[in-house]
Amino acid sequence: MRPFAYRRPADARAAVEAALDAPRAMYLGGGTNLVDLMRLGVAEPDLLVDVAGLPYDTIRETGDGGLEIGGAVRNSDLAAHPAVRRDRPMLAQALLSAASGQIRNAATVAGNLLQRTRCAYFQDVSKPCNKRIPGSGCPAIEGDHYNLAILGHSAHCVATHPSDMAVALTAFGAAVHVEGPGGRREIGMPGLHRLPGDRPEVDTVLDPGDLITGLTVRPLPFAARSRYRKVRERASFAFALVSVAAALDVEDGTVRDCRVALGGVAHAPWRAERLEEALRGRPATEGSYAEAADAELDLAEPLRDNAYKIPLARKVIVRTLAELGG
Amino acid sequence: MRVNFTVNGVEQTADDVWEGESLLYVLRERVGLPGSKNACEQGECGSCTVYLDGTPVCACLVAAGQAEGREVRTVEGLADGERLDPIQEAFVECGAVQCGFCTPGLLVQAHDLIERVPEPSDPEIREALAGNLCRCTGYEKILDAVRLAAARKAEAGR
Ligand SMILES: Cc1cc2nc3c(=O)[nH]c(=O)nc-3n(C[C@H](O)[C@H](O)[C@H](O)COP(=O)(O)OP(=O)(O)OC[C@H]3O[C@@H](n4cnc5c(N)ncnc54)[C@H](O)[C@@H]3O)c2cc1C
Ligand code: SF4
Ligand code: FES
Ligand code: FES
Repeated sequence: MRPFAYRRPADARAAVEAALDAPRAMYLGGGTNLVDLMRLGVAEPDLLVDVAGLPYDTIRETGDGGLEIGGAVRNSDLAAHPAVRRDRPMLAQALLSAASGQIRNAATVAGNLLQRTRCAYFQDVSKPCNKRIPGSGCPAIEGDHYNLAILGHSAHCVATHPSDMAVALTAFGAAVHVEGPGGRREIGMPGLHRLPGDRPEVDTVLDPGDLITGLTVRPLPFAARSRYRKVRERASFAFALVSVAAALDVEDGTVRDCRVALGGVAHAPWRAERLEEALRGRPATEGSYAEAADAELDLAEPLRDNAYKIPLARKVIVRTLAELGG
Repeated sequence: MRVNFTVNGVEQTADDVWEGESLLYVLRERVGLPGSKNACEQGECGSCTVYLDGTPVCACLVAAGQAEGREVRTVEGLADGERLDPIQEAFVECGAVQCGFCTPGLLVQAHDLIERVPEPSDPEIREALAGNLCRCTGYEKILDAVRLAAARKAEAGR
């Protein structure tokens, strides 16, 4: 590990200023991803600005039924919050399906959003990887891509985003609050994470020095009927092969509205907009769910060894919607 | 750098700590508490589990600086002097220990579970211990030990 300095500022503004002091400064949340990547030599910051103890660590219910979630809130605390468990089960389930209790206790909401891909080549500094060293090549395209992307990838990178929480937040269309060197702004989800294109080294639309201070999840009453389903190789403590966050609003057998996002399939949590469009106004039947799933999955371009994700995603989508609609 | 923190109720100062050290390293090599084990160093095995400000975390993924001013409780801090904590007694009685490498982490994680959830169901126990790997026991006796400790705790509370 390269030498680095460590600082613990008192508020968001001071954190942003501290991060401007060093060319390779990085924010530190719970450290559950960054400390690991530093040890592997993948991340080499010269300054860590510890933001896990900053005062934006509360969850507040807004008068209209929305939620304001601080960026430093721990994943366990968010999953346990009554307004999440009661009104947004897909978010609670997504959080609880990730990692282990110990990791969730340390991990922050902001750090979770910005965790890096689990592509094995990215984590192995002895291998080329366009995301780690721009222009060095992408060995995953010809090599081990069994668990990599089927949607939205490029000839430069086929990695997936590993976060479960981000999939549920994408279904909600959460807004991310950012405090940056140029002031404050809000970024909608989807929209925080980018597709790889020809710049896979850039995961998100954030600029250097941008600090995530929190999130707004606007009210979505029908999300009280929602679910997160994750398919993985072990029943617990493994990353998703495919996951689905879905909320369904059915009246008199017809789908009035729906929200669906997919995980494990792309460089960003994937909002299934075509699926949603194909499903609104249709009868709440397995036939409609399957047709809608196909409308989305027609976009898929599988790699040599991950075409299995298409029928898998289709099944998981149909099953999850059928459970919610039935 | 210097790190001031509380470990098992005692204020500690570790000097000449390198920023890149983990809390696990500081505990084992500078504070002289080798109970927490170092195995995977990437959050996968849970053998380094300690309480940090009252919640169990993987000490291998906590940077030394993050511990400044905070309260740590390790497996060494579970017993009351010579008297083992009920979860430790249950592990001994049920034969839940073989090589013992995973045991300190499991004890802290199981201790936290039965503090939070008075009578945990089997799925709750399994989920709580999902981040603690054991290569020896096959987990059955570990589950027995957690059930026993939880039952005794519930009994004592009645
Ligand atoms: C063994 C293991 C299994 C896991 N399994 C899963 C899983 O199944 N599903 C899943 O979703 N996740 C899983 N994870 C990942 C885990 O969810 C992340 O490591 C965690 O959420 C990251 O949060 P953190 O606060 O520790 O982030 P850190 O590691 O502190 O930081 C992560 C990144 O975010 C940046 N950052 C942190 N805070 C801010 C901020 N406020 N503003 C701007 N940038 C910031 C950091 O600079 C860094 O780049 C697993 C992790 C481990 C170790
Ligand atoms: S898929 Fe992306 S992260 Fe993986 S090796 Fe290719 S460029 Fe690197
Ligand atoms: S050594 Fe920390 S989790 Fe394995
Ligand atoms: S007793 Fe040997 S690893 Fe668990």
